Amino acid sequence: MRPLSFIILLVIFSLILIFSSLLIGSVPISFQTVWASLTNSRGASLIITELRLPRTLAAFATGALLAQAGALMQVLVRNPLADPYILGVSGGAATAVLIGMLFGFSSAFGLTGLAFVGALIAMFLVFVLAHQKGTWTPTRLLLTGVVVAAGWGAAISLILTLSPANNLHGMLFWLMGDLSYSYSVSFAFTALIIGLVLSMLLASQLNILIRGDKLAATLGINLKQLHIKIYILASLLTAAAVVQAGSIGFVGFIVPHLIRLTGLTDHRFLLPAATLGGGILVLVADTVARTIIAPQQLPVGIITALIGIPLFLFLLQRDAKQ
Amino acid sequence: MSLLSCRDLNVKIADTQVCNNLNLAINASENWAILGMNGCGKTTLLHTLAGLLPTLSGEISLNEIQLNNLPRKEIAQQLSLLLQHQEDHFPGSVLESVLIGRHPHLKSWQWESDDDHKIALDALALVGLTDFSTRSILTLSGGERQRVALATLLVQQTSIRLLDEPVNHLDIHHQHDVMKLLTSNNNVANVFVLHDVNLAARYCDHALLIFTDGRTIQGTCNEVLTEQNLSELYQYPLKEITHNGQQWFIAG
Repeated sequence: MRPLSFIILLVIFSLILIFSSLLIGSVPISFQTVWASLTNSRGASLIITELRLPRTLAAFATGALLAQAGALMQVLVRNPLADPYILGVSGGAATAVLIGMLFGFSSAFGLTGLAFVGALIAMFLVFVLAHQKGTWTPTRLLLTGVVVAAGWGAAISLILTLSPANNLHGMLFWLMGDLSYSYSVSFAFTALIIGLVLSMLLASQLNILIRGDKLAATLGINLKQLHIKIYILASLLTAAAVVQAGSIGFVGFIVPHLIRLTGLTDHRFLLPAATLGGGILVLVADTVARTIIAPQQLPVGIITALIGIPLFLFLLQRDAKQ
Repeated sequence: MSLLSCRDLNVKIADTQVCNNLNLAINASENWAILGMNGCGKTTLLHTLAGLLPTLSGEISLNEIQLNNLPRKEIAQQLSLLLQHQEDHFPGSVLESVLIGRHPHLKSWQWESDDDHKIALDALALVGLTDFSTRSILTLSGGERQRVALATLLVQQTSIRLLDEPVNHLDIHHQHDVMKLLTSNNNVANVFVLHDVNLAARYCDHALLIFTDGRTIQGTCNEVLTEQNLSELYQYPLKEITHNGQQWFIAG
C-alpha cells in the first residue's frame, strides 16, 4: 500500500472510532442523538457533550502525543525500545505535576508548564548520567533511563504519601492514566498540532539520524542543533500527554514499532501515521477501560500495560535472537 | 589548488599520537592510500579530515577554505566519508538508505525528485544491487550492506571521498569492482584506508604510511611502497615481487 493511502485510511479509521466511542457507554445513546450532539442541534445529550466527547478526544490526543514523542525519542537514542515512559520522561513530568497538585495548582496551563519542566529535567538527567567520553551509546542511555524512571517512581510514591487523603484518590487515578480527570482537551490538541508541524519539519533529518550520528554529520546535519530540537520537542509532547492522563506506558514505544512493521519507515510518513495510530490505540484502550466493568471505570494505563508488556517482551526476545 | 589539504596537523587519540605536523595536499583525480597497523589512528585521521573530530593543532582546508568556517551542509556537498561500520537498529528499504545521500543537495523542506531517485537507482546498479531497492537493509549480508553504504556515498556526488576500509566484507570480485568504480572518475579525489597493500599498489597513486609512534611517510606509491617501509610499518617482514610489471607484496 502506498504510504499516503495508508495515512488517509488511518484518518478515516480514527474518525469512525471517535464516533463509535461516543455511542458506547453505560447509558445507551442512539446514533441520532450522538449526531445531534456533535452538530449542536436539537436533541443533543449532555452525556455526549460534557462527558464522552471530551474524554474521547482526550484519549485520542494523549495517545497521539505519546506515540509522536516515542517516535522522536527512538531516533534520539537510536533504540526502538525507547519511549517517554521507559526513559523516565513521563515519570519526571508526572512528579512535577503531582508537586503542583500538592500545592493546589489546577490550571491546565500551569500544570503543563510544570510537566514540561519536569520532562526536560528528566531527559537532561538521563543524558548527563549516560554521557561518557563526549558521547553516549544508545544502550547506556536506555539503561540509564530505566534506572532514572525507577527513581521517579519512588519520588511519586513519596509525594502520594505526603498528600492529604481527600486528594489522594484523584491523584492516584490521574497518575495511572485515568482520562476522566483530564484537563483542557483543546490545550492537548494545540500541543499535538504544533508538535506534529515541528516534527514534520525535522522528519527528513530524522531519516538520516536514525542511521547514526556519524553518518548524519557526514551528510551535513548539525548534530547538536538537531539533538536539542528533538529533545525539547519530545519533552513538550510528553508533558502535554502526562497532564492529560498521567503516566501511560508503552504507547510511545509500541505504536511507532507497529507502524514500522507495516513497512512505513520514512519519518515523513511514519510520524503522522504513528500520531494517528497512538490516538487510535489509547482511544480503543480507554473505551475498553470505561466499559469492561461498567459502571466502574478502569484507568486506561492498565489496559495499555496489558497490551504493551507482552509485546515489549516479545520484541526484546526477538532482538536478542537476531 | 588542492581539494583537501592540511597544514601542521596534530592528531591524538587517547595516548596515541596519530600524526604530528602533517602536511598533506590532495588534488583532483588523485587516489591516496592510508596504510598502518591496527589502532594507529587511520580512522581518527580520516574523521578529523572530514571535520568530525577536533584537531589538537593545525588546520584543514577544503577547496582552500578552512573547514572550521564551513557549515556541515556545505562540507557535505563537497566531501563524503564512508564509515567503517553501518548502524542498523531500525528497518528501512535499500532505496531509502541510498536516498539519504542526496540530503546535502536538498533544501530542508524539499522531497527527493525523480532525478534524485534516478541517481540513487543508478548508484545501486553501479554497485551491482539493481534488484535490491525494495529489500530491507536488515536482511542484507555484510558485503551487500557495505555496497549499499557505497551507493549512498556515490549519490552524494562529492569531489573528494574519504573511504574507511571500503572493501570491508567484500569478496575478491567485488573488491576489485568497487576499487575500479571508485578510481575511474577523473574529477574526484579518493582517500582510502586500506589493509590490503596490494589493492593500494594497484589502484592508488599516492600513499600515506602512519607508524605507531606518530611518524608518517608520504609520497607516490612508487616511492613509498617499498619492502623496507612496509616491513617497518607492519612490524612484519614483507617481500616484494613483480609480475607483469605490477608490484605485489606478500608476507615473508
